[in-house]
Amino acid sequence: MWARVFRRESGRVLAGLIRELGDFDAAEDVLQDTLARAVEVWTPNGAPENPGAWLTTVAKNRARDLLRRGARVIETRDEPAPDVAAPEPAPGIDPDHHTSGVVDDRLRLIFTCCHPALARPAQVALTLRTLGGLTTFEIARAFLESEPTTAQRLVRAKKKIREAGIGYQVPSRDRLPARLESVLAVLYLIFNEGYSAAAGDLLIRRELCEEAIRLTRELSELLPDPEVLGLLALMMLHHARRDARTSADGEFVPLELQDRSTWNRAEIDQGAAVLDRALTANRRGPYQVQAAIAALHGTAARAEATDWAQIELLYRTLRELTPGPMVDLNHAVAVAMSQGLDAGLERMATLDAELGDYYLLPAARADLYRRLGRRAEAAAQYRRALELVSNARERRYLERRLASLQ
Amino acid sequence: MKYLILIYGSETSEAQLSSNEQEHMMGDYLAYTQQLAREQVLRAGEQLKAISTATTVRVRNGKVAHTDGPFAETKEQLGGFYLVDMPSKDAALAWAEKCPGARFGSIELRPIAEMQAGGAR
Amino acid sequence: MKYLLLVYRSEAEHAKLSPTEQQAVTADYMSYARGLAEAKVLVGAEQLQRASSATTVRTRSGKTTRTDGPFAETKEQLGGYFFIDVPNLEAALDWAAKCPGAKQGCIEVRPIVDRADMPGGMA
Repeated sequence: MWARVFRRESGRVLAGLIRELGDFDAAEDVLQDTLARAVEVWTPNGAPENPGAWLTTVAKNRARDLLRRGARVIETRDEPAPDVAAPEPAPGIDPDHHTSGVVDDRLRLIFTCCHPALARPAQVALTLRTLGGLTTFEIARAFLESEPTTAQRLVRAKKKIREAGIGYQVPSRDRLPARLESVLAVLYLIFNEGYSAAAGDLLIRRELCEEAIRLTRELSELLPDPEVLGLLALMMLHHARRDARTSADGEFVPLELQDRSTWNRAEIDQGAAVLDRALTANRRGPYQVQAAIAALHGTAARAEATDWAQIELLYRTLRELTPGPMVDLNHAVAVAMSQGLDAGLERMATLDAELGDYYLLPAARADLYRRLGRRAEAAAQYRRALELVSNARERRYLERRLASLQ
Repeated sequence: MKYLILIYGSETSEAQLSSNEQEHMMGDYLAYTQQLAREQVLRAGEQLKAISTATTVRVRNGKVAHTDGPFAETKEQLGGFYLVDMPSKDAALAWAEKCPGARFGSIELRPIAEMQAGGAR
Repeated sequence: MKYLLLVYRSEAEHAKLSPTEQQAVTADYMSYARGLAEAKVLVGAEQLQRASSATTVRTRSGKTTRTDGPFAETKEQLGGYFFIDVPNLEAALDWAAKCPGAKQGCIEVRPIVDRADMPGGMA
């Protein structure tokens, strides 16, 4: 009944408990106790005016009781105590917060969950479990793995944090850029898992996107770094097009064919505004560039009105920031759309070595041949893409494209 | 001459030992350590936490990469070591063979490069 | 908290270096060890002789076998270790990344079982 409130508040409450108790498992136990107590008290009386404050107070009291009684918490304290003090103010963190010693516990927690000494799947699961308040079952369902596998992953991650001495702290200034990169990668992966059209429950996937946006927004409030804002803008701009990406029968609809009237204009405007805020810092980064590309797509009234020349320039910047074959492919598409289809095909010809076995290269090539009216070559490339594709929805899309050529 | 006695054992089979057997092994290690200390040949000795707590660091092109886990997956894992000072290799081998870990896993005996730099002691 | 930084590097690659280059590597390790000592985090460090100098022993049902060479053949070999005492893993990983061996091979960072009463434990 209060699932929404619980999810919204549990990350913050848990983050405080972990600092207080110095132990993930003890903190989770106290959180569960607190939520159970909330159901007990709220059911007859209704939720209090400020449910977050209520939960925080009850949780804190329970933690103090536990500490006073000693027992298992003392044991966990026997482990070398994590260095709670944040060593140096990280750029972007409100300096007043620092002088008063108040760094939001959620900020500590997200850096701990996304610590580079943990494997990426563990970082993702731990972030969703602790800050997102998702159950192990929900995480397992979202990532299409069995519940015991997810549970095991979480147990191991928490054990490593405890045993290997991973600190519960905001990284110092010199470590921050690298550490933030890992946090943003985790958040973007959560979003993409929800966004990509792979198998799975559509509802859960949309929830993952919303969770990723919520966590990134929260992070942007705690740490208004331009790249955090860039990632938030990128997610918002993509998510605003969610209804147009899938047809009524659940099929994938490419950007060009999407019904732009179903795009959420207000959300596109909000995303663009977040991007503008990021850009004022004048510190470019890959997420801001990608968000700028998404904004150009989002603000084009018709597919033909897309400012491909600008997009081509942005992909050129992105290639400098994060070189890689996928960026090259996207750049080649932008070249095709802005400078001529043949110029695009020429660029794609240089990508065979690295992307030869990836379905998106022949698919992109097929698309250019189709636009050029070279049907036989287009068909051959669609067939090649079909040999390589694994995702069922993508496969059906390519089959439809191929059929439309005949 | 200094030698490193490296103790490799299978963490999974060790986890399967009964608590009685584990206690027994701990007792053996304690006795072994005390014996080394009594003979005044022990320079250092440590037990490592499980490989699940390991992190491997590489720096390539100035960029630091972290991996969760040990540098290589092996059937047996490094679980601890002794640094000993011995009059001869034979003496060192005799001690290595007495190490309780020899019964369950493998003991690797490695001479220390004494003349070279890098040693901080 | 104490950590063992295990230095793994390819002996074959190292052997290919010229004497001058090898000296430079040695100097790098010296200054790294000095840095650890100055930061007061160094507990101990040793450089091992080549893996080919190793002997591996196993005892099974009372019978001992000796094998020439290290316990496992790997592309990179254990070449030494630094034993450090730092506040947390973050600091240990920072030191590991600064170790000269991280550029050629890799550094495995292993937390140590804290047992104050373990005889021979280097305090």
